[in-house]
Amino acid sequence: MSQPEILNQAFELGFTYTRSTGPVVGRFLTELKKRNIVGIKASDGRVIVPPMEYDPDTAEELSEFVEVGQEGEIISFAWVKHPREAHPSERPFAWAMIKLDGADVPMVHWVASDSEELVSTGARVKATWSDDTKGYITDIACFELV
Amino acid sequence: MKEIAIVGYQQSDAVSDAGAQNEVELIIPVLSRIFEQVGITNAQDVDFVCSGSCDYLQGAAFAFVLGVDALGAVPPIKESHVEMDAAWALYESVLKIRMGHADSALVYGFGKSSPGELPIVLSQQLDPYYLAPQWVDTISLAAMQARMMLDRGLITERDMAEVVARSRRNALDNPHAQLKGDVTADDILAEETYLSPLRRSDCCPISDGASAMVICTVEKAKAWGKPYAVISGIDHIIESHNPGMRDLTDSVSTRKAAENAGMGKGKVDVAELYAPFSHQELILSRALGLGDDTNINPSGGVLAGNLMMASGLSRIGEVFNRIVAGDAERGVAHTTSGPCLQHNLVAVLDKGEVA
Repeated sequence: MSQPEILNQAFELGFTYTRSTGPVVGRFLTELKKRNIVGIKASDGRVIVPPMEYDPDTAEELSEFVEVGQEGEIISFAWVKHPREAHPSERPFAWAMIKLDGADVPMVHWVASDSEELVSTGARVKATWSDDTKGYITDIACFELV
Repeated sequence: MKEIAIVGYQQSDAVSDAGAQNEVELIIPVLSRIFEQVGITNAQDVDFVCSGSCDYLQGAAFAFVLGVDALGAVPPIKESHVEMDAAWALYESVLKIRMGHADSALVYGFGKSSPGELPIVLSQQLDPYYLAPQWVDTISLAAMQARMMLDRGLITERDMAEVVARSRRNALDNPHAQLKGDVTADDILAEETYLSPLRRSDCCPISDGASAMVICTVEKAKAWGKPYAVISGIDHIIESHNPGMRDLTDSVSTRKAAENAGMGKGKVDVAELYAPFSHQELILSRALGLGDDTNINPSGGVLAGNLMMASGLSRIGEVFNRIVAGDAERGVAHTTSGPCLQHNLVAVLDKGEVA
């Protein structure tokens, strides 16, 4: 008796649609494509990076963009000893909350490092760009220790 | 305002892998037990049904409909669903009864987390532009929160290990617990780090299972002649989706929700806190101002077993069980959702009159 053919279908977990990113998120992503990082001023003057459309405290619509530095400081981090398949690095790395120079709020990204011991709270890091920037958060390929 | 009572609570065992059992098969035995507990035949005997589940766990749109099929929804029932933990299905049911649209409700939640890679699945509920495309997982976000607390001297690794050890010991008395044992903080501290600064034991396990609750007006509870606990307050508050904008070392939303739910109006004998990571139990107990006179997570909490989409309802159920058993007169139950305790619900439960 011949083996029955097994029906199978590839399944990708994720957003399988595109949508416009609007004037705030869109501006940030467009600037990434040009290898610039911009934040936005909150109601109380704090610079939020990546920019948010509305102030989380006052709900005020935000619109004042500010260019920030491409270097910053690690506010906190998690050392990933066993990277998952979906993770951006196959080698052990750190997820980090990074406060860029000129920003008042940390952003989440990842830090490449040869070992956990080299990473610390307060350490300085610098953005490294993808060869081909497309207007995605992943245009920042990673941060590297300075 | 109508007083609302909990008259029944049941849950399945928390298991690491339910194998070939599907979601419906996880729910059915729990529903059978709760119908028996309350003395009703099926979902036709309550005025409203509300469930909590997550399509992302099942990997299909409108997957909760399978759960409704499990109820037997013919003749038609009044039914709703939240894409959240069933504690929020309870919240919706409380509103329904308060508005006078129902006198009784069945609430249930279920989740089968084992088939997927849960921390990665949950990464897709984060900000779709800034976080989800990076696939930053929930354990890593919690690890950064824990390090902030350690760096600032708010907690020590031993404090975290003590939380885990107490959970494992308390869970020895919980027949549904997945992780239990007579372990000490030193045993925990001897483990290597998993996602530094977290050890594997600092993280809740991945579990499959379901839980269910029946609530009704106090008048109906008396008519049914069942022991009950009164939901004297319930509120929920969400914080910003941007983790950088939050003080991750505190839980402002939990504190406010507890104030709004009237927690401070009396002493708290027992508290069940939804803390998927050990350091989060410390954040929560401090935000709520709980002291030595409160028994925290006597069930072992979710470190002993974490039924996604049902564990929040289970926290409320565990407090109900202790009040009805006479171990406590008043208790508080907390539920969380989102990364690093983003969204929090607090319910205050009081002893009902003796039937």
